[in-house]
Amino acid sequence: MRLSRTARIALGGVTAAGLAVVYAPLLLVLLNSVNSDRSFGWPPSGLTTRWWRAALHSEGVRQALLTSVRAGLAATAIALVLGTMAAFAVHRHRFFGRRTVSFLLVLPIALPGIVSGIALNAAFRTVLDPLGVGFGLFTVVVGHATFCVVVVFNNVGARLRRLSPSMTEASADLGARPWQTFRYVTFPAVRSALFAGGLLAFALSFDEIVVTTFTAGPGTTTLPVWIYENLARPHQAPVVNVVAAVLVALSVLPVYVAQRLSSDPAGGRL
Amino acid sequence: MRKTSAGRSAAAACALLLAVTACGSDDGDRAAKAPEKLGKGEGKVNIIAWAGYAEDGSNDPDADWVHPFEKKTGCRVDTKVAGTSDEMVSLMKTGQYDTVSASGDATLRLIASGDAAPVNTELVPHYKDIFPGLKMRPFNSKDGRMYGIPHGRGANLLMYRTDKVSAAPDSWRAVFEDADAHSGHVTAYDSPIYIADAALYLMKTKPSLGIKDPYALDRGQLDAAVALLKKQHRAIGEYWSDYQKEITAFRSGDSVIGTTWQVIANLAQADKAPVKAVMPKEGATGWSDTWMVSTKAAHPNCAYKWLDWIVSPKVNAQVAEYFGEAPANAKACAETADPRHCAVYHADDESYYRRVHFWTTPIKQCLDGRENTTCTDYAQWTRAWTEIKG
Amino acid sequence: MRAPTARPAQDPGPAEGPPPRPAPSPGARPAPGPRAAARLRLAARLRLAALLGPPLLWLTLAYLGSLAVLLVSAFWTTDSFTSDVVRTWTTDNLHELLTTPVYRTIALRTVSIAIAVTLIDAVLALPMAFFMARVAGRRWRRPLLVAVLTPLWAGYLVKAYAWRVMLGHDGVLNRTLAPLGLHGPGYGTTAVVVVLAYLWLPYMILPVYAALERIPERTLEASADLGAGPWRTLRSIVLPAARPALLAGSVFTFSLSLGDYLTVQIVGGKTQLIGNVIASQVTLDLPMAAALSAVPVVLIVCYLAAVRRAGALDSL
Repeated sequence: MRLSRTARIALGGVTAAGLAVVYAPLLLVLLNSVNSDRSFGWPPSGLTTRWWRAALHSEGVRQALLTSVRAGLAATAIALVLGTMAAFAVHRHRFFGRRTVSFLLVLPIALPGIVSGIALNAAFRTVLDPLGVGFGLFTVVVGHATFCVVVVFNNVGARLRRLSPSMTEASADLGARPWQTFRYVTFPAVRSALFAGGLLAFALSFDEIVVTTFTAGPGTTTLPVWIYENLARPHQAPVVNVVAAVLVALSVLPVYVAQRLSSDPAGGRL
Repeated sequence: MRKTSAGRSAAAACALLLAVTACGSDDGDRAAKAPEKLGKGEGKVNIIAWAGYAEDGSNDPDADWVHPFEKKTGCRVDTKVAGTSDEMVSLMKTGQYDTVSASGDATLRLIASGDAAPVNTELVPHYKDIFPGLKMRPFNSKDGRMYGIPHGRGANLLMYRTDKVSAAPDSWRAVFEDADAHSGHVTAYDSPIYIADAALYLMKTKPSLGIKDPYALDRGQLDAAVALLKKQHRAIGEYWSDYQKEITAFRSGDSVIGTTWQVIANLAQADKAPVKAVMPKEGATGWSDTWMVSTKAAHPNCAYKWLDWIVSPKVNAQVAEYFGEAPANAKACAETADPRHCAVYHADDESYYRRVHFWTTPIKQCLDGRENTTCTDYAQWTRAWTEIKG
Repeated sequence: MRAPTARPAQDPGPAEGPPPRPAPSPGARPAPGPRAAARLRLAARLRLAALLGPPLLWLTLAYLGSLAVLLVSAFWTTDSFTSDVVRTWTTDNLHELLTTPVYRTIALRTVSIAIAVTLIDAVLALPMAFFMARVAGRRWRRPLLVAVLTPLWAGYLVKAYAWRVMLGHDGVLNRTLAPLGLHGPGYGTTAVVVVLAYLWLPYMILPVYAALERIPERTLEASADLGAGPWRTLRSIVLPAARPALLAGSVFTFSLSLGDYLTVQIVGGKTQLIGNVIASQVTLDLPMAAALSAVPVVLIVCYLAAVRRAGALDSL
């Protein structure tokens, strides 16, 4: 598209300004992690490494991080299996109500977390209680997996839509068995979509707080729950900033890897 | 004052009796029993607590009274931190927890629903050292039996910025009738129970309304309190619910006057915010937390061990200092790291706490002893609170 | 073997994919006899059932079932003292919901905020995504996209609290604006809109970027060759291509805003939204909370149905 120089500069300016606004609060988080003032008074009254040392030695953060990673991995695994199955069903078959499936799958992420949370809470209580199963990591995983399915479904579905069926047909014509076709043709084609979808599913689970609150059992503290509990404690709020700063710095890594590995131009879909 | 208090507890007992008998046949299964003696620990206890009540050193290595407990008793502690009293009530209903640090706006509900069991205080040796002002109160006992072990208490004070509020206020009038002077910078506690603050003010300033107890309001009295709060709403900058939010608001000047807790005032002052907290001449509302045991407790022996541990002088002192409240155990005052702690929080000052109207769940049967009137209950307060915030 | 990266000559566009194949067909082999065909159809049916069964079963059991339980409980009532749910059928909650003016005010306020957030994000995402996908050099696209996506990992609560510090009376924003004689919005409805728009912006940029990136260069060139100026090209090519993606992004911005209650608590001052009211009723009066939940559920289901017609769900 031939744009005038002014238009290009204007667009660049909007993007730069947008990114500046996106990063200003994150920068503030970083600054406050060394702010010696506990309640983030501005401008900082002094600099300190006290909070970083406290965070480094915090057993709670480590435990919460571990719980979050475990919940995220389990939810992502379930979402990968279910989302892929649903995507293949919808994009490789024609059946009545095909469009309703994508509608239903998107519901858990579109409905407010508090509605999903109290619904799951009420259901778990009526179903699991008589079985003697309590709330715990398991219930958190079930809740997270439910809204993670859709991102895998969308990523794989988008790939399948662009993957010409003639490839699998050619494979079959050349005498490949169905599983061979899957192993050598279909799977390599959707692999990067699976990765992108899995990563986003993990990210969603990793940052979820509301559904987690209503589905977690005693002692199940994920990182966002830990953050929520600790932001309310004056002694701890600066330590939360340290954790957030570390997370932001570290998160560049998975996002970048996802971009590189993915052949989808956008590197993934929500 | 003491007489009123005794009268009130008698009235409350009657009211509860009514409430329970009204339940009819359910009554039988609901009357839970306290254990006669304790057995061996079950190796585990599930706790619901306010943030800061059951610290295991994972947040602050210096604050750890969970590990020593685990070591001493062999009971592993799993803690669920609750943000609000309502959350505590609903968590207790799951039956998965053994004990809870319930505030007065939750205790009666837990007792009435049969979720909290009476406590045999004989089995909690440190109970004898609890301040008398916290024993057998309407919010932690029923029919002359304790339903928990008192843990600590505090008052909801009036805090203001000394540089922005010119005349030092000594009355809640500053956040009600005179709130417009600081329009947009007044703050209030974000919970239906705050209606009691307005009721307390009306009780002292509008005797014609006939309010005897800020937690026993008939329809007309509730409407008067709601009207006062709706007027206050126009001057409110924000409602606060957690203390970090309150401290930052006073630090930055978003809030210049409103309700607070002693600990918030102390922390804000430590951060060099020019604030002061006072108990206004009308008195104040306040909270008192009680460790209760679930009727469905799967680990009652460990729960009792926890109850005794948490109110033992040293631990009670540690919690009280970490959280910022007055300890319940009289002997705790000798154990605090800061020797002035009990003085700052008026822990042993019974005359101070006689001016505090502790949070109690409002129920249909008027807690002030009126018999021909139906009072408004907490559900109605909640709806009223939604309406006040508009 | 790699996925075919070359795109089909005529891009099918996001809304209309190629028609789904009836079944993984045996391809060009001689047409099977009627009985063999029937067997194949049966095999395809079975495979479909095997593929679709588990996800639908999960969704129905774990989610739709729970949701149904919740919505049914809107017709129950609560023991006002013990907060226990009493299973007596009543429409009192719905009646109260529909007749109490304050709920209408709150619902309207919530919807207005969700719409404002969606519009702001759409207006911001379009030029940003366009610059990233079509103007910036190829080398820059990936880093720019990484830059947009990274904040998603920073934690929702942390970002909301960072905004609280920014927007404070003596906060960064006011101190920066003070020399210009301006001041920020402070805590309140405006702050809620700003922070929510901030939080959900990446959810809007990502699909729009994907859609704009897919416009073939020669379509844009052809437009210019036929004498269309940039504005004309924008109107006739770019916007139609971005439309389903904008709608897809709006599913997130709209519905996430509609149910939010934590941001409101943090920067909302004295504002309350439908999410806050649900949250305050949850533990006290579950049936009333369920009745209140019906409001966002109905709104979002209607919204989804509307954007689905526009093909937005396919370009999520």
